[in-house]
Amino acid sequence: MYKEYLTVKDIIGPLMFVEDVEGITYGELVQVKLNNGDVRYGTVIEVEERLALVQVFEGTRGISPENAKVKFLRKGLEIGVSPDIVGRIFNGSGHLIDGRPNIIPKKRLNIHGHPMNPYARDYPNEFIQTGISAIDGLNPLVRGQKLPIFSGSGLPHSRLAAQIARQSKVLKTGEKFAVVFAAMGITFDEANFFISDFKRTGAIERAVMFINLANDPSIERITVPRMALTVAEYLAYELDMHVLVIMVDMTNYCEALKEISAARKEVPSRRGYPGYLYTDLSTIYERAGRIKGKKGSITQIPILTMPEDDKTHPIPDLTGYITEGQIMLDRGLNGAEIYPPIDVLPSLSRLKDKGIGKDKTRDDHADLLNQLYSAYARGKNAKEISVVIGESALSPVDILFVNFSERFEKEYICQGEYEDRTIEDTLNIGWKLLGIIPRAELKRIRPEYIEKYYRETPI
Amino acid sequence: MSEGKIIKVSGPLVVAKGLKGTKIYDMVRVGNTRLFGEVIEIRGNDYSIQVYEETEGIGPGEPVYSTNEPLMVELGPGLIGSIFDGIQRPLDVLRRDLGDFILKGAERPSLDREKKWHFSPDVQINDEVSPGDILGTVKESKLIDHKLMVPEGVKGKVLEISEKDTTIEETIAKIKSDKKVLNINMIQKWSVRQPRKVAKRIPPEAPLVTGQRVIDMFFPVVKGGTACVPGPFGSGKTVVQHQLAKWSDADIIVYIGCGERGNEMADVLLELPELKDPKTGESLMERTVLIANTSNMPVAAREASISTGITIAEYYRDMGYSVAVMADSTSRWAEAMREMSGRLEEMPGEEGFPSYLGSRIASFYERSGNVICLGSDNRKGNLSIIGAVSPPGGDLSEPVTQATLRVVKVFWGLDDKLASQRHFPAIDWMSSYSLYHDVVDEYASTKVNPGWKEIRREAMELLKKESELEELIRFVGIDTLSQNDRLIMEVSKMIREDFLRQNAYDTRDTYTSLRKEYLMLDLIIKFYHKAINALKSNVELNKIMCILSKEDISSAEFIPEDQLFKFQDIERKMIHEIDGITENSLGT
Repeated sequence: MYKEYLTVKDIIGPLMFVEDVEGITYGELVQVKLNNGDVRYGTVIEVEERLALVQVFEGTRGISPENAKVKFLRKGLEIGVSPDIVGRIFNGSGHLIDGRPNIIPKKRLNIHGHPMNPYARDYPNEFIQTGISAIDGLNPLVRGQKLPIFSGSGLPHSRLAAQIARQSKVLKTGEKFAVVFAAMGITFDEANFFISDFKRTGAIERAVMFINLANDPSIERITVPRMALTVAEYLAYELDMHVLVIMVDMTNYCEALKEISAARKEVPSRRGYPGYLYTDLSTIYERAGRIKGKKGSITQIPILTMPEDDKTHPIPDLTGYITEGQIMLDRGLNGAEIYPPIDVLPSLSRLKDKGIGKDKTRDDHADLLNQLYSAYARGKNAKEISVVIGESALSPVDILFVNFSERFEKEYICQGEYEDRTIEDTLNIGWKLLGIIPRAELKRIRPEYIEKYYRETPI
Repeated sequence: MSEGKIIKVSGPLVVAKGLKGTKIYDMVRVGNTRLFGEVIEIRGNDYSIQVYEETEGIGPGEPVYSTNEPLMVELGPGLIGSIFDGIQRPLDVLRRDLGDFILKGAERPSLDREKKWHFSPDVQINDEVSPGDILGTVKESKLIDHKLMVPEGVKGKVLEISEKDTTIEETIAKIKSDKKVLNINMIQKWSVRQPRKVAKRIPPEAPLVTGQRVIDMFFPVVKGGTACVPGPFGSGKTVVQHQLAKWSDADIIVYIGCGERGNEMADVLLELPELKDPKTGESLMERTVLIANTSNMPVAAREASISTGITIAEYYRDMGYSVAVMADSTSRWAEAMREMSGRLEEMPGEEGFPSYLGSRIASFYERSGNVICLGSDNRKGNLSIIGAVSPPGGDLSEPVTQATLRVVKVFWGLDDKLASQRHFPAIDWMSSYSLYHDVVDEYASTKVNPGWKEIRREAMELLKKESELEELIRFVGIDTLSQNDRLIMEVSKMIREDFLRQNAYDTRDTYTSLRKEYLMLDLIIKFYHKAINALKSNVELNKIMCILSKEDISSAEFIPEDQLFKFQDIERKMIHEIDGITENSLGT
């Protein structure tokens, strides 16, 4: 029988100090019962001989030193998993909210997991076709990668994420695929958009969703991604599934972390965020990957909204240092009604090199990618100059590059929300546009590929 | 061995009391699961311990055992080709025995105790030996002869030594030291916080050839030197580090993945065994030691990983090898210090970093150097350190970058703009610097070509001029430039695109020898000189830029190392062509 303590002393933000405790361990799960029958859970984040500091997940609202009974449950934070979990919707505290019967867990797993032994990792090299040219052609995603979308408020990252979830496939067939979706502090509308999109397309059948809405306790946001990833690890490494984990919005997660840190009166580092933000984020992002000898994989697409569109803000900055590249959305492109508004120049996929090429996508992919990048960069650059000193100052070749970059945005980057381009299509559009540029300027492509694919197209 | 009791747990920090006799920086085992920890502060009876593993599930009242020794590494045959975590646990063995995830309290010896090595002595019975003398050798890998040295504090006569197949724990020699007979085996233990001793430090003598053109030619580092690579994310720090680990001409590479991505370590692990050393043709894994403490592994062990790595590197330096340490990334190491400092409630310095940040960084880089090793043969060894720095938001004014710049001699500043144009390595030639030019110029002028310094200077001048001209073009357009200035723009572009840019993923381009680097740049400079003369004879610039051999110059990077004579052919062709158009224009 667990001892019940009535010794809550201080309550500060999401934190609660419990006195005169005994035999408590760090990280232990805590149950708080209120007089009115309300039950909440929390975890021990610091423990001294007779004092425990508890972080309450559903928030401390309504708790007083008089009305709370605290039980320490002798175990860490766990989630029950079973194959039936696929297709179900949970709230931020891990309870089912889809109105269907409870699942009977096969086993209970600690949501913090264990760090993967780097020696056990298999290098991700299987190309995932998302059907989106700006990703497949220029920033290819591979299985086991973590590739975030850096967005801003008001940009269509949700639509893009849903499109990726809908269209993603590997160029092989007959494999089990699942989507794990973790929502942290998003609005009802956004959440509803995902749920109804998943339902309409049937994706819900292979999805597990964790929903913490904007008006739910912010402290739950700390556990939501960890529950989602624990489920993902179970599906990937025990049930051999290829799991795509979408986490939105990581900015809200970091805000919650900051809130706890402030309540603990910790020394802040940049812009008030705790000094361990990097380490903390890495315990989420690094759970993507593949394991040698296992069939399944975990691919992550975290989405974050950059405060003031500033990529040097600690949240996108530290994320970028951990993840394997980033997809940047751009307000200017969005204003020009280009969907998806992906700014390809600062976007990057670090793992692309081993996921593309002969037998994976096509032999010319790497060279073509480099050439498109540099041509687009040159065109944009020339366009900037022409804005300052007029188009007449540009050389004839530079005018061609400007022309290229404009059509590149309209024809290559821009595509329909339901348009699912094959990698062949994407590559061919790239070659078609390169036709604008004279052959002698294509320095990044090996002659044999130019011979094979290049056709000069007069404008 | 004293036993204490936990009184507080806060993340990786545990406070215990009753550890009487335990010294600061001693290792302890914490809790019923016996987690690894290190005493980092003593206040009266309270001992603050940083724990190298996840502390979930331990609480007050549980025991703490003192070991009475500091954090040690095991040094001996078997290090090469291994992969360790921050406290030198062998990750391959942990996986084999305990599965794909790292569980708490996992413990395995760092070095293989079963494996037999063939030991051949270098000294004879009755020889007098002192610390650092080489007792004998073991073939550790195809590339490395592991030299077994007389440990510190041992001095005297060799009583027994013989050639044999032996494990690292068996005695290889008996030495009479201080009237005692000591059994020497092949393991040495060394405290990681303590630099290993050398006889004397000497100035650097030779460049660390990296095969990366922008580095070797413009911003070289020397054997025994220090360099740092700061840059925002996505600018290619890790690729630079990987390239150096693969191609630099050190005998031994210690690669420390400190708080970085797991997949990157997987990449190194899969790639190194496949790659061949350009000098010997053997697999690069035969000269590499890996330390992998990825970002999601416990933060205290991340702090230790840098010290563990550098101590292993010093050990090989002491054998007389040239060793290079790649630390990726020192910012994560500094952040680990900050995290522990915060938990200790120390008074924070800038951006929450502890006030001792600067001195820790300085003492890390000071462990590099060109040295005369201990031992009576006066052999030389050297240890170079290349540290990546990950400044938040790419802002170089932040404390870790600044503290690093105060001590390192080479700065390779990575530029976001170059990276987004896919110009790699994205080392910005305008802001980077090297303070080793004197050493390298002297070396290269005798070993490569006397013109080394001159072409470097001239090429750099062109690049500087180009950036001035670019400013100008921004305001007034390219039409206003003189033919000479336009030529400078064109030649600078050739230097940038055909020389500085180097494709790490192209097998022909990934490594360039010093000789070829010289020839490549020399060709471009010769073209420049020739073109200036032609302009003087009123040849149009467009015509010069259209010559066929310009294509050859720009693909010179693909000329194989064994066909460097082709550079002469290109040069002759280029001179011939320009002479041809000059004559034509004079003729008309």
